[in-house]
Amino acid sequence: MQLSGGEILIQFLKDEGVEFVFGYPGGAVLHIYDALFRQEDVKHILVRHEQGATHAADGYARSTGKPGVVLVTSGPGATNAVTGIATAHLDSIPMVIITGQVTSQYIGSDAFQEVDAVGITRPCVKHNFLVKDLKDLVSTLKKAFYVATTGRPGPVVVDIPKDITDPNIKIDYVYPEKISMRSYNPKIKGNPGQIKKAAELLLLAKRPMIYSGGGVVLSGASEELTGFVHTLGYPITSTLMGLGAYPSTDKQFIGMLGMHGTYEANMGMHECDVLIAVGARFDDRVTGDISKFCPYAKIIHIDIDPSSISKNVRVDLPIVGDIKDVMNDMMAAFKEINKKPDADALESWWKQLEEWRNKQCLQYDRNSDLIKPQYVIEKLYEVTGGEAFVTSDVGQHQMFAAQFYKFDQPNRWINSGGLGTMGFGLPAAIGVQLAHPDAQVACVTGEASIQMCIQELSTALQYNTPVKVVNLNNRYMGMVRQWQEFFYDSRYSQSYMDTIPDFVKLAESYGHVGMRIEKPADVEGALREAFAMKDRTVFMDFMTDRTENVYPMIAAGKGHHEMHLAPECLVNTPDDRELA
Amino acid sequence: MRHIISVLMENESGALSRVAGLFSARGYNIESLTVAPTEDASLSRMTLVTQGSNEIVEQITKQLNKLVDVVKLADISDGSHLERELMLIKLRAQGDSTRAEIKRMVDIYRARIIDVSDDTFIVELTGDGEKLNAFIAAVDPTLILETVRSGATGISRGSKSLQV
Repeated sequence: MQLSGGEILIQFLKDEGVEFVFGYPGGAVLHIYDALFRQEDVKHILVRHEQGATHAADGYARSTGKPGVVLVTSGPGATNAVTGIATAHLDSIPMVIITGQVTSQYIGSDAFQEVDAVGITRPCVKHNFLVKDLKDLVSTLKKAFYVATTGRPGPVVVDIPKDITDPNIKIDYVYPEKISMRSYNPKIKGNPGQIKKAAELLLLAKRPMIYSGGGVVLSGASEELTGFVHTLGYPITSTLMGLGAYPSTDKQFIGMLGMHGTYEANMGMHECDVLIAVGARFDDRVTGDISKFCPYAKIIHIDIDPSSISKNVRVDLPIVGDIKDVMNDMMAAFKEINKKPDADALESWWKQLEEWRNKQCLQYDRNSDLIKPQYVIEKLYEVTGGEAFVTSDVGQHQMFAAQFYKFDQPNRWINSGGLGTMGFGLPAAIGVQLAHPDAQVACVTGEASIQMCIQELSTALQYNTPVKVVNLNNRYMGMVRQWQEFFYDSRYSQSYMDTIPDFVKLAESYGHVGMRIEKPADVEGALREAFAMKDRTVFMDFMTDRTENVYPMIAAGKGHHEMHLAPECLVNTPDDRELA
Repeated sequence: MRHIISVLMENESGALSRVAGLFSARGYNIESLTVAPTEDASLSRMTLVTQGSNEIVEQITKQLNKLVDVVKLADISDGSHLERELMLIKLRAQGDSTRAEIKRMVDIYRARIIDVSDDTFIVELTGDGEKLNAFIAAVDPTLILETVRSGATGISRGSKSLQV
């Protein structure tokens, strides 16, 4: 089949099984858009800003496990996409981003809408390519999808000069079923010797702790992890990125760990004697002060990326491999060793954990006349039956959603954990809804974050993606305000906007339903009403308590055992009294 | 500690900037870096000299390995190895006694004079960095017009070899 470069690109995407391309046209990609116009298999989602395209593709990828695909033009098209590319990179999300480039002969001449897209994106992609010859286009695209989706996934940029997609130059096209690269062979199988040693160490533990992360979600190893945890009977905590990989409502789950983790999870981390990290990367928001991290523990670390191992925290027993494979091999190793965990030790460990759990660290004032953000999330959980896909932006609302929406399934909690990108939530929700047209999709956000990509409300109308925006409107950049309250003597420098738009009218002008909710008693009703409107995007503007803080909190330079607890908690740590 | 890392990578445009970018982004230091194609034109071989604790060098090798263009690498300073650097140095050579003195130095260091003009010599010298430094130190500094050094290249001794 003789096709032009533009046609090859579209045909390739179709053959690769790509359903949606999120993009925005421009000069350098006009040939590609013309090829797109002349077919119906690959659906194009026209966003309102290229950042929105990347986040929407990202949301699609996170909720399906399939790569998200983006198509943008050269210059500002590419630079606008960079934030979304970096967002995907930090959370290891498979994406392929096609950027148009000026015609080959003009590269380097500061041509109109020219930027060095490969250079600009190099530090925030898994890999990138510049296509220099039409003959290389297909193999480059195949490599891009292969690299993006295998090993530790990540975004891959393919920069295509305009002449490569020239409709007048046609070559033979054959879809390559497979590709191999001598320089790229991700390791899947864990070392059997290491796995056996890890199994033995785990069975010897008196105070074990399982710490799971986003790698479990990416590996699709939720079931394997759950089996592993149930077999051992050990407590499990999760990072922000790993939520849902293990059912949050299960009794062995002791909540999220880290800066805003639960008391029981963080204390458990501090006191444990054997820690197994499963697809987690010892991020600074998880570890707190490294010198105080898990002082009594032998540490086992399973990760597909060798460079994650001993990067931040020195581990005793590394296993490089895919979580799913390693979990299966570990279960086989348990059978072979044929020993049981120390039941007495485990019983007293659980007793201790229950004591910590009884502190009920996520308490908040339920008698307030103001809408508490935590309450909104609790009601969201109830109204959606815990079944919704929840995207979030970044800040307090993100932490409240993570703490109070009890995810029982993987790929349902969709947030920018690594880069912390405000503006992520709404476009991501659109991507999720496109992938799951019948599912309930909520975007938990705040009045600051939502304004960073609010233009995508227009995209939501065009493609009829009935996402429900849960705006926790406290008239502050809440997390910034919280830090300023704690660490800057309440000098609220620039964390407040005194010209917040009327979101109800704004939503209406975009063609959606807007609601303002000002009393706690109206929260549940509003949510029920909104979710009953199955074919409408609804923007719920919850006027929440302005000064609510996220607790528990580990301040910078503190260890897991040095949390600030909420004033509502029965017993305060010394640190808390100091703070008050 | 000083480490010499040899890297075989795809001879693609931008490969060098990936390595350089990695070092600057992660705050690793590069003492020197040399690169050229190998006998197989599709591969480039790079020699990186870096300083760092064992933990840092471990991270450097892991991060380099993670680059999709990197085929294989080895820290050749782990074992017995040879290290060579090339220096070209242009010296002011006026008057018989100066010219004779330079020639004597060249003999002692087993260097070669590869260009002669009425008032200059260009001297070529290979060896490890220390030898090149010693030569520079031994020459009257007022005679040095220009020096150019290639940066270190290296190879393991014996049958151990870095190949695809």
